[in-house]
Amino acid sequence: MSTTNLHLFVMVVPLLSALAINLFGRSNRFLIAPLVLGSLTFSVFGSILVTGRVLRDGPISYTVGNWQPPFGIELVVDPLSAMMMVLIAVVALLASFSSLQSVAKELPGREAFFFTLYMILIAGLFGLVLTGDAFNLYVLLEITSITTYGLVAMGPGRAARASFNYIIMGSIGACFYLLGVGYIYILTGTLNMADIARILPTLNAPGATATSIAFVLIGLWIKMAFFPLHGWLPTAYGYAPTGAGTMVAPLMTKVTVYLMIRVILSVYTPALVFANGWLANGVLWAAAIAIVSGSSLALGQKDLRHMLTFIIVAEVGYMVGGVFLANANGLTGAVLHIVNDALMTLCLFLVVAAIVYRQGSVSLSSMQGIFRRMPWTMAAFVLGALAMIGVPPTCGFFSKWYLILGGIDGGHWEFVIALVISSLINVVLFFRVIEIGYFGALEDGGHHGPVQYQEAPGWMLNPLMLTAVLLVVVGLSTGPLVNNLIRLIVPAGF
Amino acid sequence: MTPIFSIWPLVAVLISLLGALPILLSDRKPNLREGWTILIAIIKLAIVASLLPGVLAGHTYVFTIARVLPGVPIELRVDALGMIFALVASCLWLFTSLYSIGYMRALQEHAQTRYFASFAVAISSTLGIAFSGNLLTMYLFYEMLSLSTYPLVTHEQTAEARASGRKYLTYILGTSIGLVLPAMLITYHTAGTLEFTQGGILAGKASPELLALLLVLFLFGFAKAALMPFHGWLPAAMVAPTPVSSFLHGVAVVKAGVFAIFRIIFDILGPQTLQAADLGSVITYLASITLLVASMIALTQDSMKRRLAYSTIGQLSYMVLGAGMLSATGMLGGVMHLAMHAFGKITLFFCAGAIYVASKKKYISQMDGLGRRMPITYLAFFLGSLSIIGMPPLGGFISKWNLLIGAVEGHQLVLIAVLVISSLLNAAYFFPIVYRGFFVPAAEGEGAGIREAPLFCIVPLSVTALASLALFFFPETLLRLVRLALGL
Amino acid sequence: MEAAVNEIVAKYNYWIYVVLMMIGFYAMIGKRNLVKKLLGMNIFQTAIILFFVSTGVKKGGNIPIVDKYQALAGGVDAATIVNPLPHVLMLTAIVVGVSVTGVALAVLLRIYKEFGTLEEDEILEKLQR
Repeated sequence: MSTTNLHLFVMVVPLLSALAINLFGRSNRFLIAPLVLGSLTFSVFGSILVTGRVLRDGPISYTVGNWQPPFGIELVVDPLSAMMMVLIAVVALLASFSSLQSVAKELPGREAFFFTLYMILIAGLFGLVLTGDAFNLYVLLEITSITTYGLVAMGPGRAARASFNYIIMGSIGACFYLLGVGYIYILTGTLNMADIARILPTLNAPGATATSIAFVLIGLWIKMAFFPLHGWLPTAYGYAPTGAGTMVAPLMTKVTVYLMIRVILSVYTPALVFANGWLANGVLWAAAIAIVSGSSLALGQKDLRHMLTFIIVAEVGYMVGGVFLANANGLTGAVLHIVNDALMTLCLFLVVAAIVYRQGSVSLSSMQGIFRRMPWTMAAFVLGALAMIGVPPTCGFFSKWYLILGGIDGGHWEFVIALVISSLINVVLFFRVIEIGYFGALEDGGHHGPVQYQEAPGWMLNPLMLTAVLLVVVGLSTGPLVNNLIRLIVPAGF
Repeated sequence: MTPIFSIWPLVAVLISLLGALPILLSDRKPNLREGWTILIAIIKLAIVASLLPGVLAGHTYVFTIARVLPGVPIELRVDALGMIFALVASCLWLFTSLYSIGYMRALQEHAQTRYFASFAVAISSTLGIAFSGNLLTMYLFYEMLSLSTYPLVTHEQTAEARASGRKYLTYILGTSIGLVLPAMLITYHTAGTLEFTQGGILAGKASPELLALLLVLFLFGFAKAALMPFHGWLPAAMVAPTPVSSFLHGVAVVKAGVFAIFRIIFDILGPQTLQAADLGSVITYLASITLLVASMIALTQDSMKRRLAYSTIGQLSYMVLGAGMLSATGMLGGVMHLAMHAFGKITLFFCAGAIYVASKKKYISQMDGLGRRMPITYLAFFLGSLSIIGMPPLGGFISKWNLLIGAVEGHQLVLIAVLVISSLLNAAYFFPIVYRGFFVPAAEGEGAGIREAPLFCIVPLSVTALASLALFFFPETLLRLVRLALGL
Repeated sequence: MEAAVNEIVAKYNYWIYVVLMMIGFYAMIGKRNLVKKLLGMNIFQTAIILFFVSTGVKKGGNIPIVDKYQALAGGVDAATIVNPLPHVLMLTAIVVGVSVTGVALAVLLRIYKEFGTLEEDEILEKLQR
């Protein structure tokens, strides 16, 4: 293995391990954990090495099967995709510790199937951030979606129906994207992203370009659950097996937001997308409404996991709005929020997984007095909650800082106000949970009695604690992260 | 006057945060646990005191924790204004720790480990606020203080505590996120920095309308200063154990709010800039209204702690009012009152707690004749209330005198009237307590077994009362610090 | 009016795809039977596949199978053959579509086992009970 193709191996190793799990894991389930953890650990180190290389030497390109672009499929690693690779690898690794435990408990005997899909999904996510080809993107998008449909459907009860709903919505999204790509192909005769970006601005076909942009963006918005196209997400993520939620919830929407940024920056070029002020204005209003209504809908939930799914919908509004502010601070905030939100969501879903593992439910009524039973888990929950609210020095504050600053720079007060309101609603949301967990001991009146610790096993708890610490560490290293990485992503002229 | 790089500010802030760890670990050994608390309090005070000579000589000490945002690092900086607050806080924390031990043990409170650990985090945040080098850092520690005090406010874990805790967080987090955060970002957008700079960072950069908007957002946003109508959390927070009320809601938390407003007026907006935009009166009138209304409400309260709480709301407005005069004397009086009121008010709260420990009485109407049973406590209470009212020979006189002179110099007749009336109101709500204690005999058969609270309670309250007295006779160090802080 | 008719007639194939797409879209959104939703999805996908294939068509274009030696000797006149790339892409898209349909059918089986019906109204009724 030469280091030049290392990024390819980062993607291929999880894929191969998926095959291995399917072949050998069925007969011997003790092989599954080493295969999952081993390949993901490889991906983590590989992606970090690749990022180092990209930052040192500039973008790396790899042509699959040695067919030269624009004819062959190109895999490109630039700073943005390198960052996403590291993020996906780290989040997937941290989540898989917990997933292994919850799947063993919730889906006994079906671990091999579950982790086959799980690893294909991760490989697909790596593919999505690596590919430099617009059609290949569609295929990978469907690979990740199909595996997610399968993972969601493995859940109990309503999960199958949620999954079918997701299939219908997801397919509409994918078809819209494909239609938009068709327009691009008719216009430019190429599917290579760099090639499209070179040809498209010279064509002067505003109508067709705008139609194509509209189809692609709507397709991606459905896939990322941008309000009001979010209907599928809360049920799909809410009823999926816990082990799937811990990985899918932090990564899927964030990678789709990445795709939107990629499409805007490297396919259509910002000049074309933001040529019409009304598009950006309209999307910003939509984002503002998404943020406020996502948070408000979360208020009505009586189950922690369902509450979090609506918060994801609100967070998607943060990132879409940040991108469509079309200024440096806004884009920085959006990219930074991809990282931060992935970690925050991971932290909170790991908490959910730990609690579900112990008591089978995360309905708010079952969480009374949980601070005394699971103090460490709840400490991590508090940190995750603070990050979601945006309290410094957790990472959530800093991306919110850039997003609000971008809103002020662009004079988009509706977005600024929506962000502030959503932070306030988050305070209510999370402190309601904290209050229930903290005061629950009232009823049994036993708060003088000895404490009964019921923490989740170390395999779940330690990654959770690590994630919680990461929230603060990433927050404090915002400066270097923005200066050395995200600044390279923001195009000139922003 | 170049800033000196020094790690000591960081140590001073972090020591109690790290101290929370051994406190948590010695859960089962109360004596060891309290030993840690006292040891850390002493070390902390020593570090802060060791920085004092340098600050008096005009140096500032700087430590950058992390460079997070362009032009806005997370940075600690020790200057004269911060030193005043840090000295007051770390000094009083030592006494509060001693007092807490006496109080909590005498009442056999539950979850004492959580209590002492939260306390340690809270004092860490308080020093962080004092030593913040810019607005972002201060915001960070301000939020940390809000969150770490939540378990203290709700310590009793009763339904009432739950409601109070909810109110507390709603007010404090709601205003800091809803008002301060946008104001801070607008300031950053306009000025390009958030560094605390003597004379402000917005001179010539902001229109008077924008300044007015920022001023109002900040004044109300730092709701810990309890400017009306954002004062409701303070009486509610009195459900906490008395040491919490005394230290946090009498000293650290509310003073953090006022300190933040000082920083905003002196170092962000700038007195000259405000003067030029003619915005001083906005501050003084807002403060005057709070001051009078709070004093009048205090008159009607029968619960001892609630009366003290409303008194605090009023006294905080004195400080804001002084700063809002934007004149040298007025600002001097305002900053001085921060220290003077701290020593006075903590004495009063300590006394209220001691009375509760000794007699389980919470209401003033039940406290007839208690002064004869608890002479030391009542004497200290008398001294403390004299200081708050502003009578010589107690510290409060100096600050209130300066405030009055400031109002006279500014020919602000309304303010003179407000100051005089409110001092009379102060006297009207404090003296009856003392009078009942000493001169109204207890009801038949009442108070037979009541005697002074344990030594751990009595010693701290006597010391703080004497300190109030001492501040009248030896205010030089404090005066020098205030002059340095204001650049006079 | 005439201009509009001419427009439709000139690009009749695209208009057919639009109609197909709308039928599929209506079935996905409007129908209450889950199998009909799935069929709608297939119609929708087929419309897009046809649309892509159409883009490769040229008037008088031949099938894109070229004699290797002839091509090497005389080159290829691109105008005489249809563009093969959209067809190739659509092969992949068809594979994707079939996989999604397969997964969807499997999920429908699970729903049927769970609820005993594939009518959305009846499922909702059972959920509420």
